[in-house]
Amino acid sequence: MSVLVYVEQVDGKFKKSVFEAVSYAKAIADKTGTSLTAVSIGNVADSELQELGKYGAAKVLNVASAELKNFVNQAYAAVIAEAAQKESAEVIVLSNSFTGKGLAPRVAVKLKAGLVDGAVELPQLDGGKFLVKKGAFSGKAFAVAELISANKVIALNPNAFGVKESPVTATIEAFSPAVQPTDLAAIVKEIVRATDKVSLPDAELVVSAGRGLKGPENWGMIEELAGLLGAATACSKPVSDADWRPHSEHVGQTGIAISPNLYIAIGISGAIQHLAGVSSSKVIVVINKDPEAPFFKVADYGIVGDAFEVVPKLIEALKAHQA
Amino acid sequence: MKILVCISNVPDTTTKITFTNDNTQFNTAGVTFIVNPYDEIALSRAIELCAGGKGTVTVINVGESATEPTIRKALAIGADDAVRIDAAPRDAYFTAFQIAEYAKEGNFDMILTGRESIDYNGAQVAAMVGGFLDIPSISIIKKLDYDGTTATLEREIEGGKEVVTVTGKFVASCAEGVAVPTIPTMRGIMSARSKPLVVVAAQPIEEVIKVVQFETPPARGTVKLIPAEEAASLISLLHTEAKVI
Ligand SMILES: Cc1cc2nc3c(=O)[nH]c(=O)nc-3n(C[C@H](O)[C@H](O)[C@H](O)COP(=O)(O)OP(=O)(O)OC[C@H]3O[C@@H](n4cnc5c(N)ncnc54)[C@H](O)[C@@H]3O)c2cc1C
Repeated sequence: MSVLVYVEQVDGKFKKSVFEAVSYAKAIADKTGTSLTAVSIGNVADSELQELGKYGAAKVLNVASAELKNFVNQAYAAVIAEAAQKESAEVIVLSNSFTGKGLAPRVAVKLKAGLVDGAVELPQLDGGKFLVKKGAFSGKAFAVAELISANKVIALNPNAFGVKESPVTATIEAFSPAVQPTDLAAIVKEIVRATDKVSLPDAELVVSAGRGLKGPENWGMIEELAGLLGAATACSKPVSDADWRPHSEHVGQTGIAISPNLYIAIGISGAIQHLAGVSSSKVIVVINKDPEAPFFKVADYGIVGDAFEVVPKLIEALKAHQA
Repeated sequence: MKILVCISNVPDTTTKITFTNDNTQFNTAGVTFIVNPYDEIALSRAIELCAGGKGTVTVINVGESATEPTIRKALAIGADDAVRIDAAPRDAYFTAFQIAEYAKEGNFDMILTGRESIDYNGAQVAAMVGGFLDIPSISIIKKLDYDGTTATLEREIEGGKEVVTVTGKFVASCAEGVAVPTIPTMRGIMSARSKPLVVVAAQPIEEVIKVVQFETPPARGTVKLIPAEEAASLISLLHTEAKVI
């Protein structure tokens, strides 16, 4: 038995969430007294693959075939399942990224495995049971699931476990799995990525604003604040519904669920559906001119005041702090 | 064209979530159930694609008879007919297997789901249905166009999007942007009562996972209020006290 971790690459690089998944998988391998293998698909330089050793991946299976350059979940699932069989891996770990969400369920079906998506903690190995905790009811609760199948798939939430170093020298092994042409039926035509912006699901700091901002023309100060902090920007649902901001920024029960270290909510009332997706943020700051806004009930720091006066002060203070 | 849309029966978004039986079961007392909001998006897009006699939309739900009001709501929104697989939806693996078994017979051009259900937030069913049927699945899409043979989909990725095309049968899970949810009309509500709803027995499949316990998140501490005039001090508190910047 061993543990396998899929290391998702973006333009040949690994993001922090990947190192988190490797750290998490290494902790499971240690707990179960086994070794950790990583599988990488796409064009990644050996020097980047070596980085995985820092977090405990002793072996890296490198799938560098050109036809697998772009993510097609059917084909990637076939590769990961074959790697799992080759390594006799019973536990397969992925990041619960957009890609991971499309991939993990297909890996689970291939391996007849139970899947815990959005895991928030290390598994509890309790009297032979394998228990994993995940968020449920859009962040209003947690569910502890028992994986009872022989093979087990876990998709780890970003920011849930952190990065832990456990240095080994990674042995890189070329791996050429059999991929059927039918596995490549979905064709990636175009990839558009804004490289200058912090991506919301991975962000450690998030500045978010709601209908209190009155209109899209007022987002300049939100972007300036986020820019100074190196934070991602987010918004409430009515804001994206009104096309003030793109849908990809909408957080909450029907938007993206996030758990950054810091969430700053500006001019957002804190409706139950909004809180559902953000209440697991570690520190919450609320700026609202209504002292009765429900958001204050879950906030760590609050400022009762007009966003148009408060935010410029924060920007000034931050500039001074950084100077 | 034939489209199958998967409908999950979920607690209303304003529900206060509590548990019974020593925190092992969701407490349904007093809870209103609705069509999962993301599934409404998928359903609305399916109806748009079939409008003008271009096809039919079948909704499918894995659930016991208590879910029928939710299925009727989907019919009121505009689905043509409905299927209920008669079983408590044990988990996503079980649910996806039942849907795939049904879809095998139905010759659907596409199967749509919501990106996730708002109760278990699994985001698993679509890709698992694709896995069981061994057809492509595209998860968390923002846009779906179909020309009768080839679908063009936009998939969300961190910090951007990916345009994917697929020819032939496929499964996709829909997020915001795919369609604006349709609100049922009076006529829709009336006609929903007479639309066909067939009940099909579930097929056996091994159990791979089970939820053993629920927990509610710990209560958060009380808020530290900073006077608006001293807003600047927030920055140093976030640096020295909260240690997040
Ligand atoms: C099925 C369903 C799903 C939903 N899913 C989501 C979801 O995922 N995410 C989401 O966000 N919502 C969701 N909603 C909507 C949610 O119920 C609220 O309507 C929404 O969150 C409110 O957004 P808001 O706080 O920006 O706007 P409002 O409710 O209009 O609140 C604006 C706030 O700004 C404050 N304000 C106004 N002016 C200023 C100022 N100058 N300075 C400071 N503060 C000011 C006001 O006091 C108020 O608290 C959902 C609703 C339903 C029914």
